[in-house]
Amino acid sequence: MLRLEKLVKRYPTGDEALRGIDLEVPAGQVMALIGPSGAGKSTLIRCINRLVEPSSGRVLLGQEELTSLGAGALRRARRRMGMIFQEYALVERLSVMENVLSGQLGYVGFWKSWLRRFPQSAIDEAFRLLERVGLDTMVDKRADELSGGQRQRVGIARALIQDPEILLVDEPTASLDPKTSRQIMRLICELCEERGLAAIINIHDVALAQMFVQRVVGLQLGKIVYDGPPDGLSAEALTEIYGEEDWSATIRKVEDEETEPPADEDTTSPLPDRERLAGIT
Amino acid sequence: MSVAHSPGIRRWKRPPLIKSARLRWAIGLGAAIYLSFAIGSIEVNWLRVYEGLDRGWAFVIAFTEPDFVKRWRDISHGLIESLTMTVTSTVLGILLSIPIGLGAARNLAPLPVYLFCRGVIAISRTFQEIIIAIFFVAMFGFGPLAGLLTLSLATIGFLAKLLAEDIEDIDPGQAEAVRATGARWLQWINYGIQPQVMPRLIGLSLYRIDINFRESAVVGIVGAGGIGATLNTAFDRYEFDTAAAIIIIIIAIVMFAEYSSGLIRARLK
Amino acid sequence: MPVGGQGIARTWQRRARSRQFAIWFGWLAGTALFVYCWQLISETTIWAFFWDSPRVAADIFSRMMPPRWTYIEVIWQPLWDTINIATLGTALAIVLAVPVAFLAARNTTPSATFVRPIALLIIVSSRSINSLIWALLLVSIIGPGIFAGVIAIGLRSIGFIAKLLYEAIEEIDDSQVEAVTATGASRSQIIGYGIVPQILPAFAGISVFRWDINIRESTVLGLVGAGGIGLQLQASLNILAWPQVTLILIAIFATVIVSEWVSAKVRHAII
Repeated sequence: MLRLEKLVKRYPTGDEALRGIDLEVPAGQVMALIGPSGAGKSTLIRCINRLVEPSSGRVLLGQEELTSLGAGALRRARRRMGMIFQEYALVERLSVMENVLSGQLGYVGFWKSWLRRFPQSAIDEAFRLLERVGLDTMVDKRADELSGGQRQRVGIARALIQDPEILLVDEPTASLDPKTSRQIMRLICELCEERGLAAIINIHDVALAQMFVQRVVGLQLGKIVYDGPPDGLSAEALTEIYGEEDWSATIRKVEDEETEPPADEDTTSPLPDRERLAGIT
Repeated sequence: MSVAHSPGIRRWKRPPLIKSARLRWAIGLGAAIYLSFAIGSIEVNWLRVYEGLDRGWAFVIAFTEPDFVKRWRDISHGLIESLTMTVTSTVLGILLSIPIGLGAARNLAPLPVYLFCRGVIAISRTFQEIIIAIFFVAMFGFGPLAGLLTLSLATIGFLAKLLAEDIEDIDPGQAEAVRATGARWLQWINYGIQPQVMPRLIGLSLYRIDINFRESAVVGIVGAGGIGATLNTAFDRYEFDTAAAIIIIIIAIVMFAEYSSGLIRARLK
Repeated sequence: MPVGGQGIARTWQRRARSRQFAIWFGWLAGTALFVYCWQLISETTIWAFFWDSPRVAADIFSRMMPPRWTYIEVIWQPLWDTINIATLGTALAIVLAVPVAFLAARNTTPSATFVRPIALLIIVSSRSINSLIWALLLVSIIGPGIFAGVIAIGLRSIGFIAKLLYEAIEEIDDSQVEAVTATGASRSQIIGYGIVPQILPAFAGISVFRWDINIRESTVLGLVGAGGIGLQLQASLNILAWPQVTLILIAIFATVIVSEWVSAKVRHAII
């Protein structure tokens, strides 16, 4: 569904962030992109929706080639790709609802959006999404009044209201505590499953990635050095991605998760609403 | 280090601001020479000053009994002109500052637009309002229109510059997120940038009302309308009681404007 | 609550209706005021002049070009005077503004009910009145000349410097002052050790900033007889010597740019 062909990004400073990336993401696949800081993960994700202009190569979303689109067509193409950000990137002085509705900007005209007159269907959808992420009581709170986990939920709702085919997720948990991180990752993956969305998730935390995704791609210095299932990440693979280090702790953690579900999972299953409550309090 | 070792006693002296002693002395000496030259270049006619003291005292006394009545027609006419100039020039200035401010922000505008807008700002900031007023009076004739345009231009220099600087240090993440939704340029400005700069823009605009009123009191000196002309005449005729009345009115209006804009700004956090 | 709910179709508005109404009313009133003021100005304007202005501007411009470069000989001295007026005026203002600022700051004033209002009144009076008006006043009292200009700049700048300075004093970190007080320091020692070090950078920054503004302001003081390059500007305008005016404007432009550069450098070095 999404295909990258020989994607290259060279910054004006001469740094080569991406050196010919070939990647294909089928519909409905949730994929984690791991790699050290500076490997080009953020650049890769931003080259897909051209927040960063790729230097050469092609990006294909379905049949449409994104790299050659003009401004208007690019805007329409961006509607099909929801993006979730590291520091949430909510517009802090707008309310939760306005932030969610800003995901609809690609669909409504300027004056309608300026007067905040969104179509009723969008408003219904916004309420539904806020309920789904557990924030239906915070509709008119200002975004800067929310906690980190709550903000990221708003960010997720904003991406989903675009009715995208793929989610581009940039370090969704980097500014969150470990528990909230898991909740957010789980929420993203559940939503992808419900809606049959594909996703590319940039993530630092290898263990967390392994818990939730179907496929892991390792990036190092702008090149793909690993592409396979999460349990294929051996010490050698990690060394190739990140460099020499004692990986036994990371790997053991993974094996623990596999043999027995983590305690957190246990207690949540009888209480599916706990996450939402945690989000509200 | 400033801890010097001499046998027995350890002395401590505060380390000087400028490390090099030679530079320190050079700066001090330079400042002293400059000051003596500068002060020497002022020729004070002490006799004239002495004579003037009486007049100065008369002026101070005038504040205890300002005369609002004698020239009230002139005062009220000038005052209304000043106030209308303040309102119109602030509104016009803000309306023009917004596009120019957007154009002068390096993270929004392409280079040619940026340079043009920065050029407008630089010109309006370099020349004092009075100089611009002189030219506008020559172009548009005497009267408040010249003053209005002068103050609008000055407002642009102030507001557009600060707005552009504000836009340049917004949080780019928030703006990027709005762009990623497929928003148009104007929607991007409205959702991604406006909320971030709005409180300060409103604060600065309120502050500018206050400045424009104060400035409207001087452009009259060169014929561009407002209370300045009345004030100038009052000084020329040594009518200190009328001058005192005008100055008291100006101070009162500025105080009022400052107080109310303070209230609005406090509500706007 | 802007969220209204009936059955399934929930509506959402950014603001509650009453607030929305108040905002619309505010805009309406503002627009009406603007239109009214515009009309007052329009009545006193001869619009024929306005439509003729591009031609006049082109005419003035053609007279202004080329600048009369030789005139530079005459304006070196007034330019020097202008800089002196700004510098000495700023120095005078600093000397007078510092005590005023300490009297006006809530945490250092000896008496909040008696002294502080007086200090605030000094500040607002000084700030409300443009330096050109101060100059007008002083020329009429002590006669024309640089001296009047220096004092005018000084009087105008007291309010500016004192206001920013007292705000800086009010924002200092109290725990540092507390620590100095705890040592048993006297009042002036508290100021010297607890407060001054905290506000020194702000103070230097404010002074340089004001000096920069004063250079600009002192270029026009001559128009009312208070010395500096403005005198030459006035004289050249009176005899319609446009090429000289151009040169004076270029000189002012250059001076202001240099002073802005100097002030930016100094502020950068301090902070």
